[in-house]
Amino acid sequence: MAAFTEEQALIREQASAWALKESPVSQFRALRDAGDNAGFEQATWGAMIEMGWTGILVPEEYGGSDLGMLTFGLVLEQLGRQLTASPLLPSALAGASAMLLGGSAEQKSAMLPKIIDGSAILALAVDEGTHHRPENTTLEARASKGGFTLTGSKASVAEGSAATHFVVAARTAGTPGENDGISLFLLPADSVGVSRTPLNVLDSRDYANIQLDDVNVDADALLGRLDGGLPLLQQVLDRARAGIAAEMLGTASQAFDMTLDYLKTREQFGSVIGSFQGLGHRAAGLFSAMEQTRSCVEAALQAIDTDADNSAELASLAKCRAGQFLYDMTNELIQMHGGIGMTDEFDAGLYLKRARALEASYGNRSYHRDRYARLLGF
Amino acid sequence: MSDGFATSVKAWVADNLPEALKGVDIGMYGPSSLEPEILEAFELWRRRLAEQGWGAPTWPEEYGGAGLAGAEAKIIAREIHAAGSMNPIPFLAGMGVTMVGPTLMEYGTEEQKTRHLPGMASGAVRWCLGLSEPNAGSDLASLATRAVQEGDHWILNGQKTWTSGADKSQWCGALVRTDPDAAKRNGISFLMLPMDQTSIETRPIRLIAGESPFCETFFNSAQAGADDMLGELNDGWSVIKRLLQHERASQTSAPPTSNKVEPLQELARNYIGLGPDGTLADSDLRSRLADHLMDAAAHTLTIGRIMAEAKGGNVEVSATASILKNSATDVAQDRSELLLEIMGNQGLGWEGAEFSGGELHSVREWLGTKAMSIYGGSYEVQKNIIAKNILGLPETTQKG
Repeated sequence: MAAFTEEQALIREQASAWALKESPVSQFRALRDAGDNAGFEQATWGAMIEMGWTGILVPEEYGGSDLGMLTFGLVLEQLGRQLTASPLLPSALAGASAMLLGGSAEQKSAMLPKIIDGSAILALAVDEGTHHRPENTTLEARASKGGFTLTGSKASVAEGSAATHFVVAARTAGTPGENDGISLFLLPADSVGVSRTPLNVLDSRDYANIQLDDVNVDADALLGRLDGGLPLLQQVLDRARAGIAAEMLGTASQAFDMTLDYLKTREQFGSVIGSFQGLGHRAAGLFSAMEQTRSCVEAALQAIDTDADNSAELASLAKCRAGQFLYDMTNELIQMHGGIGMTDEFDAGLYLKRARALEASYGNRSYHRDRYARLLGF
Repeated sequence: MSDGFATSVKAWVADNLPEALKGVDIGMYGPSSLEPEILEAFELWRRRLAEQGWGAPTWPEEYGGAGLAGAEAKIIAREIHAAGSMNPIPFLAGMGVTMVGPTLMEYGTEEQKTRHLPGMASGAVRWCLGLSEPNAGSDLASLATRAVQEGDHWILNGQKTWTSGADKSQWCGALVRTDPDAAKRNGISFLMLPMDQTSIETRPIRLIAGESPFCETFFNSAQAGADDMLGELNDGWSVIKRLLQHERASQTSAPPTSNKVEPLQELARNYIGLGPDGTLADSDLRSRLADHLMDAAAHTLTIGRIMAEAKGGNVEVSATASILKNSATDVAQDRSELLLEIMGNQGLGWEGAEFSGGELHSVREWLGTKAMSIYGGSYEVQKNIIAKNILGLPETTQKG
C-alpha cells in the first residue's frame, strides 16, 4: 500500500496544486462570511466536474474513469486540507456507490452519467435521530399502486439543500432496531410531499432536515432488494466512511503542518517554543498518530478496491482512528497556538468546527468502536 | 523469487527439524531452562541450520551466511515457523546476529569479519553488549568505563549494567572512553573482548518478574586486543549509533517466537463471557479492548505500509523506527494490562497449581513489558528523536 501508481501520484499532485491555488481555505472563509448557506461555490464544483473527479468510481461504459477508492481518497485528502466545500463525497462517492452496488442496469444508465456531469447531485438520507444508527430506521415506505409511498423524516442530511436526488433508507417491514426490513429508494428531491429545512451548522456547510409526507415513487425507485437493503446500505456507507476518513486525514494533516510551523517560529522565554520538550513530545505523539491514521485509511480504501473480506472492519477502523486523530489534533491546534488560536481571524477555529461535523458523519468513534468489536465477535 | 525456493526450504525443514523440537519455545531466558534431551536436539538443529548458512541467511557465504536476499531469508523464517519451530541461532548468538554482526559488516576490517562473523552466524559464539552503566542509561554518552592502551592491548576498567547474557557469553562489544578530555561523544571507542578472563566479573540481576538474562559486568583491568577495536579510535559514537539502529529494527520487525498467541478477544470471551446481546458482559472493558485491538491493527498496518513504501524507494526506514518502537511498546504493554484484567483473580497468580501455565506466564510477561519503554532508547528518547530528526524541531533548551 501507499506505493502509489504513477497515475495515482499524478492525480494526488493535481488535487493538491489545484486546491492550494483555486480553492484554498481563504475561499471557504469567504463562503462562510457571505452567510448565504450556499454550501459550496458553483465554480469550484464546476472545476471538479471538469477534472473528472465525479467519475473516479464510475466504470468507463458510463463515462467514468474507474480509478477506484484509493485514488478518490487521495483527492479527498487534499480537499480536506483546504476545507474545500463541495458535494463531491455525498454525490460522486456515496451516491455513485449506491447506484453501482444497488442499481439495475437501467438505473445505472439513467443516473451515473448525470452524477458525472453534475446535472444530478445525490445525497444519502439515512440518519433520523441525533446519532447515526442505520438499523433504527423508522421512515416508512408502504407498497401502493404501482410503487411505494414514503412517510417520515431524515435529519441533518449532508448537501440536503443542493441535492437533486436522495438515496433514502426506509422501513418496508419489521420494527426499528431490526436489521431486516430496510429498503433503499432513489427519490427525486422535487417530488410532491418533500420539504426541506436548511440547517445553520457550525461548519457552515449544507445540511438540511427532510420531511416526507406521503411521497409517491414508482416501483423502479427501489435500489437493491426489498427488505434486504441494510447490507447494501452498510456497503455504501463503508465507502463513504473510508472516503471521509481520507478527508479527515487531510484536514488533520493540515492542522498538524500549521502547528509544526508555529512551533518552529513562535518565540517565548527567549527560545522558539518547539525547543521545549513538553511541546516537542506532544508533536512527536501527534506525528506518530498521523502516520498510523494514514496506514488505516489507505488500508481501508485499498480493501474496498480489492473487495477484501475485511473491508467493513477496516472502514470502521479508518473512521475511528481518523476521528481520534482529528479530535486530538484540532484541540492541540488551538492549544499550541495559544491566544491567536482562539481568534476568528486565524483559521484554527474553522478546522476545529469542521472536525466535529466530520466526526458525526457516517458514525462517530463510539459507533465504529462498537461495530469493530461486533465484527470481531465480542 | 520462485516458489521453487519455498518448496525446497519446506522439504529441507521437514527432513532436518528434530521431532523433539516441534512446538518447543526456547523462551526469553535461553536454553538453560530446557530438558537435556531437548537441549541435545536443539544443538543438532543448530548445527544443521549453521551448515546451510541459515543462522544469518543474508550474510555472505565466506562469513558463515548463505548469501541470500532478504525475501528468501523471510521464506526460511516462515517455513521454520510453519513447521512449529524456531531458528535458535539468533538467540544463541546473543547480540551477535542481530546487532554486532551487521555493524561489524560495515565498520569491521576484513580480518575482524573473518574472525568473528562465522561464529555468530553458526550460533556457536554468544555475544553480549556492554553499553549502559549505572550512571549512563538514556544519556549513554556520559559513560565512564575507561580503556587505556598498554603495548598491544587495551586495558578496561569500569562497570557496565544491563549486559544481557553476559554470564553466558564468550565475547562482548563494549563502549569505552578512550579520550577523557574530548567532548563526551568524541572520546568514545568500541572494543571487542573475550569474556573468559578472570578480570571480568558478571552478576545476574533479579528483576520484578524474577530471573532475568541481565547482568552487572565489572571490568577489573580486563584486556582487549589492539586489533579488536571496531571503527576508528574515538569514533565509537558513530559505530554505536548504527548499532542502535539495528537494535530498533530488530525490535520492531522481530518475528513471533511462538505460534500460540491467542487473540485477546478470544480470551475475553472465555473469561468474561458474552451478554444476551452477544457483546462482552463487561461493556467498559469491551470498548477499551476494541480500542487496543485497533491500535494493534494500526501498528501492524503501519509496518506493512512502511515496508511497501521502502520497496518503492521513497522513504528512509530508519526515520520511522522510533515511531514503530514506541507503538510496538504501547501495543504490547496495553495488551498485557488488558490480559491481566481479563483474567481477574486468575491473573494475579505468582506460582502454584491453582493457576494455569498461561496465567502464570502472563503475569511474568506483564512485568517484563514494563522494560520495553526503557530499553533500546526509552520512550522519551524516541520522542526526542522524532521531534528532532523527523520534525526538525530545534534541540531542547533544557539541560541534559
